[in-house]
Amino acid sequence: MCLSIPAKVISINEDKAIVTVGGTEIEASIQLLDDVKINDYVLLHTGFAIEKISEEEAMEAMRVLKELGEIDQQIRDSEDK
Amino acid sequence: MQYIDEYRDRELTELLVKKISEITTSEIRLMEVCGGHTWAIQKFGIPSLLPSNIRLLSGPGCPVCVTSRKYIDQAVAYSRLSDVIITTYGDLIRVPGSSSTLNEETGKGADVRIVYSVLDALKIAKDNPSKKIVFLGIGFETTAPASAAGVLNAVKEGINNFYLFSSHKLMPPALNALIDEGVKIHGYIAPGHVSTITGSKIYEEIPPKYGIGCVVAGFEPVDILQSIYMLVKQVHEKDFRVEIQYKRVVSREGNLKAQAVLNEVFSLRDDWWRGLGVLKESGMCVSEKYSIYDAEKMIPVEVEETREDKGCICGEILKGIKTPKECKLFGKICTPANPVGACMVSSEGACSAHYKFNR
Amino acid sequence: MMGKNILLGHGSGGKLSHDLIGSLFVKYFDNPVLKAQTDSALLELESSSVAFTTDSYVVDPIFFPGGNIGKLAICGTVNDLAVSGAKPLYISSAFIIEEGFPLEDLERIVAAMADEAKKAGVLIVTGDTKVVNKGQCDKIFINSSGIGVLETKFKHISTGEKIVAGDRIIINGTIADHGMAIMASRNFVNFRTEINSDCAPLNHMIRQILDAGCEIKFMRDATRGGIATVLCELAENKNLGISINELSVKVNEPVRGMCELLGFDPFYVANEGKVIMVVAEKDAAKAVEILKKNEYGKDASIIGEITGSHPGKTVLVTEIGGKRIIDMLAGEQLPRIC
Repeated sequence: MCLSIPAKVISINEDKAIVTVGGTEIEASIQLLDDVKINDYVLLHTGFAIEKISEEEAMEAMRVLKELGEIDQQIRDSEDK
Repeated sequence: MQYIDEYRDRELTELLVKKISEITTSEIRLMEVCGGHTWAIQKFGIPSLLPSNIRLLSGPGCPVCVTSRKYIDQAVAYSRLSDVIITTYGDLIRVPGSSSTLNEETGKGADVRIVYSVLDALKIAKDNPSKKIVFLGIGFETTAPASAAGVLNAVKEGINNFYLFSSHKLMPPALNALIDEGVKIHGYIAPGHVSTITGSKIYEEIPPKYGIGCVVAGFEPVDILQSIYMLVKQVHEKDFRVEIQYKRVVSREGNLKAQAVLNEVFSLRDDWWRGLGVLKESGMCVSEKYSIYDAEKMIPVEVEETREDKGCICGEILKGIKTPKECKLFGKICTPANPVGACMVSSEGACSAHYKFNR
Repeated sequence: MMGKNILLGHGSGGKLSHDLIGSLFVKYFDNPVLKAQTDSALLELESSSVAFTTDSYVVDPIFFPGGNIGKLAICGTVNDLAVSGAKPLYISSAFIIEEGFPLEDLERIVAAMADEAKKAGVLIVTGDTKVVNKGQCDKIFINSSGIGVLETKFKHISTGEKIVAGDRIIINGTIADHGMAIMASRNFVNFRTEINSDCAPLNHMIRQILDAGCEIKFMRDATRGGIATVLCELAENKNLGISINELSVKVNEPVRGMCELLGFDPFYVANEGKVIMVVAEKDAAKAVEILKKNEYGKDASIIGEITGSHPGKTVLVTEIGGKRIIDMLAGEQLPRIC
């Protein structure tokens, strides 16, 4: 029910867009968002795009996690010595 | 698939589990209040990975679970009217009412159609001008904007036979009520998609008021584990605040356009929650301005008297006070094949999840 | 010749019936037994150990990406025989058709049945046609029964009585294709997708494994209810545990996308060209190699094993290494899938 899934916008027609989820194309309403562009990723929920996915935030989040991993590795390396 | 696969990366999940277990060995109780979280936690087998001092509780986050039996009875009553087509999300059709379910009514000839979106319901309304199309609007702030958009589209397209039967609810009153009722937790794994709409600002009163943290979490394993890590850190550092883990879609302000749509179509009212009773201004009803689309106002119907099942302790389970195992009916009389209470019917319900994972 | 649509008369046994049988069924199914048009098909069997199965097909919609109800009717019945270790030989097909059904569609269906029967090397030797008033059945329903011969040495395959802990669980390819192909073509949502049903006759593929001497302990085709249903039933009946590795179970990308979109668990979604095999550990790798060489087994893999731990339960090791129980499905995920 809370089912929302990342989908890529491949075409736009006024307040509707065709988005794709892993190769399945579906028509979604973009009336709850402003400024949606082709190739944007959106969160799709019951036929509506409810938010755009921020690539910068996603990359930043991954960077933070990778850093956590690196620090962890450094600690382990220094413990091994 | 982008934005999914990288958040299921096993190296990352193992790293996060390790980091969580390094922080503390004291018991930490965290509650998630979103059906999507209940489901994801179960699906990925997260409890089997966490150290034993971390306890995850399921709160009233499953919209089906907190929907009153009376709502189902009324939906059943609508379905029995010969000029009504019921349109609904899938989960609702097997939820027990006092004497029937929508699924059973289909067997008796009622026209009940499962739809993916309110937009499908509008299409059905256009294709069936002589019928009244009643859309069962359940869900929290994530789903309510879709229902609201449905009403606005009905206005725009001149559709006069579409009606919203709203049982939409708001999260924050429940989050407060749970702690007021005595539920003892160290933090909330806050609902990621509700927050996409509302913004994380709706949780800001909770940390100072109750001394517990709120981390807005995504739904992939990395999201959930990272959120748990952030909450456990907050507990350990005694620094309780609202944090957003799910930054790629959640901001402090939320989706303002969706909020505007909600405010346009809905008014607040007091609403009844299974396990919590009546909470002030916790429900959304169709506002005066759009009352010609309000099923409750426009379609008179007699509803049978509501009878709750004895022995079903869904209410207490929804508050995390009791576990499914403590319910006398769990696994014996109440099973996914023969559910008694809503917690077992819904795939997101605590009892259903527990049955699948923990036997 | 005949008009464009099926009439009540086509099912009443008179001239119209006779014409239909001759110009359609006998023409396409074309074999001496059927041509004799005796009341009963008269058959010779090389063994008195016989496998006999029946299934009715009511799939909606009747034409779907990758097949139609006719193709299903042949493959489904052939596969039921093949997974018992039997050699499928003869099929019957009985039709219940709604008055007004387009003859053109019926011909497409019958042609598909003839095609699949040829691929599988079986003969459609007898049948029946009834026509009911408009509204009394949904377009067309097909029942097909099948007979095959069974060697004694394969009799244990149906019951799985020789399964022991350590045996490997193998599947011949990707899951959930059929169910999602049906879902996509039901106009439930505004979809466009490249998903095709995996409907296929598996008897030759299975014969290759048996002929190679691989020790097959058990087989079942994973149709309604998906692979989860087969696994749960197996674990419960044998009081042995099953452990499945989620990462070894392959799901095609568009199928995965659609499952995520609609909240379906691929483990519970129907297949029509997949067999679950329990194979002795020593032969598991060899079996996968043989399957991969067959057109219907290209994506074969070992997905798990039988274990002495957690008897009666099927446990999934998830993508991230967590564990959860796979349960029997309560209720219908998708109605009228086959």
